[in-house]
Amino acid sequence: MTTETTNSRRKESLRDWLLTDTPTSRRHAKLASAYKSWLRLRSNHMAMFGLGILVLLGFVAAFAPWLAPYDPYAQVLSDRLLPIGSEGHLLGTDSLGRDILSRLIYGSRITLYIVTLVALIAPVAGLMVGTIAGYAGGWTDTILMRITDIFLAFPKLVLALAFVAALGAGIENAVLAISLTAWPPYARLARAETLTIRSSDFISAIRLQGAGPVRIITRHIWPLCISSLIVRVTLDMAGIILTAAGLGFLGLGAQPPSPEWGAMISEGRRFLLDHWWVATIPGLAIFTVSLAFNLLGDGLRDVLDPKDGAS
Amino acid sequence: MKSLSVRNLNVWFGEDRNRVDAVRAASFDVPSGGSFGLVGESGSGKSTILRAITGLVPTWSGEIEIDGAHVAHKRGREFYKLVQMVFQDPYASLHPRHSVDHVLSETLHLHGFQDIDTRVNNLLDDVGLGRSFRFRYPHQLSGGQRQRVAIARALAPEPEILLLDEPTSALDVSVQAEILNLLSDLRAEHKLTFVMVSHDLSVVGHMCDSVAVMRDGEIVEILSVEKMRRMEPDSAYTKHLLDVSLNYASAQA
Repeated sequence: MTTETTNSRRKESLRDWLLTDTPTSRRHAKLASAYKSWLRLRSNHMAMFGLGILVLLGFVAAFAPWLAPYDPYAQVLSDRLLPIGSEGHLLGTDSLGRDILSRLIYGSRITLYIVTLVALIAPVAGLMVGTIAGYAGGWTDTILMRITDIFLAFPKLVLALAFVAALGAGIENAVLAISLTAWPPYARLARAETLTIRSSDFISAIRLQGAGPVRIITRHIWPLCISSLIVRVTLDMAGIILTAAGLGFLGLGAQPPSPEWGAMISEGRRFLLDHWWVATIPGLAIFTVSLAFNLLGDGLRDVLDPKDGAS
Repeated sequence: MKSLSVRNLNVWFGEDRNRVDAVRAASFDVPSGGSFGLVGESGSGKSTILRAITGLVPTWSGEIEIDGAHVAHKRGREFYKLVQMVFQDPYASLHPRHSVDHVLSETLHLHGFQDIDTRVNNLLDDVGLGRSFRFRYPHQLSGGQRQRVAIARALAPEPEILLLDEPTSALDVSVQAEILNLLSDLRAEHKLTFVMVSHDLSVVGHMCDSVAVMRDGEIVEILSVEKMRRMEPDSAYTKHLLDVSLNYASAQA
């Protein structure tokens, strides 16, 4: 009883410490503003639902060997195309008798791998191109933006296909191809943000302190672009997963027998009418993860919008 | 203390057919330790003169001299150590994601100071903000507090000339007086030379020794504050401006 009250009091004071208007150190101020953002995100139930699914996905990917009931590559031809709910195979088996649940669990690793790499490459490249173009203006702007336009003018999947065809099939090349097609929208977004920021008084103020363009772009413009970029990335995640799945489906992404979700759909396609679950289950997995990213992105927009925090 | 002199300053925006001459042939002198006011209607080019002096507007011609030394078009860090500026709107002049501490310590770092911690605290004391404000973000501050932070940032490099672009017009009346008094105190304490832009003649009358009246990008008249108080301007436009300002003040009271 007494420990309970001291515990709750300690909790209360930690909360107060985090919610204070007068932080006492750099770390304190950072923690306090992070905690306030977290509270705002937490009050958005759909975003928390999305975050929950993604945390679960991360957990499943991390502990795949312990969670999967079978080896995802083990073929048992006598058990081929077992339906959902068969004994020992919760989600059935595919055309080579491999357990679909196990393949799904191992496939989450590949999905996370692709998504993470693309999310690291494309927005960073777009951010650099966009902010440099927006801040420098003039010829730099014209050249960089016309290149962006050229990339934007291609249909995404076709361009990715061309890159993969040139570089050779495989996960790494698929990631590279998707990144190469995904950066232009980020560049556009970052440039638009930069144009509104560059003429503001706080940029003039730091120029009056003798700051050079590199410092201004990286320290003063990036922090204000990143929030809208993060939101855009989470909204694009669904598209990235689908493009990766599409490349897998066309046989240009992950190669068999790798349990990539798009490749699984591609394999199940042949049996779609008689054995619907083989293609449907990985399709549902892609749908769920895409939905989770979209929900989280929507919530993050509310939390990270600088206009909210500033006023 | 440094003196500032501006000779035949022209500032324009745009090129060829789109060219707009914002300031035409402006000349004035500010003695070292003096306080000089620029007044006029909005759009008359007052703020543009300050922006040209600081180099924020690159398209200018004429001569700007600080203590007799010619200022080149490309300004170095030494220039910004001598001349600093306080902006009009404290809601726009602070980075929304940077805490007070971040703003001040980055400025000090850029000017190559070593003892940043003590200097940040001294600056906050100087502008009358407690140390409890040090780690706050702009959205946790009121307009007056933000302007104090902006003033502290301008004072950080220990400049000799401070350019003030309507430093109180975005603030409400009670806070205006506080900020003006703070600026007067700081000027006495740090022996600063002021150039102050305002459309409020009473503010300029309170703060400045002499005043330039601007209209459509040209300086109509430069007169001392005593002369302005006695309502003895030479030009008809200044007279008109003073009358309007007096009528406005009495209508408000």
